[in-house]
Amino acid sequence: MANELQNLQEQVAAALGARCLKWEGGELPAVHVPPAEVYSVVRDLYDDAGLAFRFLTSLCGIHFTADATGDGEQLGLIYFLHDLPRNRRMRVKTVFPVAAAEVESITPIFASANWMEREAYDFYGIKFKNHPNLIRIFNIETMTVFPLRKDFPLEDRTRHDKNDPMFGR
Amino acid sequence: MNASAPTPRQTQGGVTLVSEAPPGLSGEGFFATSLSAAIGLARAKSMWPMPYATSCCGIEFMATAAPHYDLARFAMERFAYSPRQADLLMVMGTISKKLGPVLRSVYEQMAEPRWVLSVGACASSGGIFDTYSVLQGIDRIIPVDVYVPGCPPRPEQIIDGLLRVHELAMSESLRRRDTAEYQARLGYYGIA
Ligand code: SF4
Repeated sequence: MANELQNLQEQVAAALGARCLKWEGGELPAVHVPPAEVYSVVRDLYDDAGLAFRFLTSLCGIHFTADATGDGEQLGLIYFLHDLPRNRRMRVKTVFPVAAAEVESITPIFASANWMEREAYDFYGIKFKNHPNLIRIFNIETMTVFPLRKDFPLEDRTRHDKNDPMFGR
Repeated sequence: MNASAPTPRQTQGGVTLVSEAPPGLSGEGFFATSLSAAIGLARAKSMWPMPYATSCCGIEFMATAAPHYDLARFAMERFAYSPRQADLLMVMGTISKKLGPVLRSVYEQMAEPRWVLSVGACASSGGIFDTYSVLQGIDRIIPVDVYVPGCPPRPEQIIDGLLRVHELAMSESLRRRDTAEYQARLGYYGIA
């Protein structure tokens, strides 16, 4: 197992070169890449015969507060990829400031990314360049906020039955 | 009242009155009152429900409809899965904000007389889902006649709620839709 992971790290480092910012080991290793390179990284991991990460298990957004990063608020994306022939998994991670929350869509590589990217847009407001249909997917179309950002209050503001000084919120 | 006494007949305004009728049911209006009671009874005992079951409370409703609790006893053998044929909208489960407009258009398509039964904490108030995506009670978008509390309510409670809807159908004015109160209620929700 350790050997395999070592191999994976070496293979990925060779394939990505300078785009590999950081390697995170563990059972489900992750490679950190710059946001502008996400498309090319996923493309290379897909095309490289020795890697063949040709299955997109999942894709999700993430939000870090300024306290957590120590470097301003950040949004991020995590791609879960699977190399089916060798049964290996890895993640591709990228983070970017909230003001520049835009990355290239990977729908040309994985059609299944379509709805997942819409989900990340719906909940985090991350935009995807060249996405065929970037609209909300889960929440009502008229919603104007991005509810999974940490500055958004989770509880519904319009609820009145909990307005109680002793037992309410 | 003396049953053995001969039946005296009186006339009042050209209508022949039966004097041994129970108090409150004699005199003018006797027939009209009876008719409304009969129609109310008919409405209550042939109510076609439209189940709108979205989550766990819907499972409890299925138990209510199954032979053990047997909704058919209350003349609800047939569920109307078309709002146009339904008299009673049974909303059972969490209604997300995205589903709100759908629920509302279902209600709008129902013909008068129509009743709404809100089953469970979620449908009545949002329940445990105090969150951005869930409608905090269906009474924010449509009028509700009877609320059934519980998370989920037992089938007995759902049946109790139903019987209360039956009571409403039997006791309310036949043309409830014309009353000022009802009109004001619909106006409040912006339903024409
Ligand atoms: S009230 Fe409770 S049981 Fe009913 S739908 Fe809500 S969470 Fe489920």
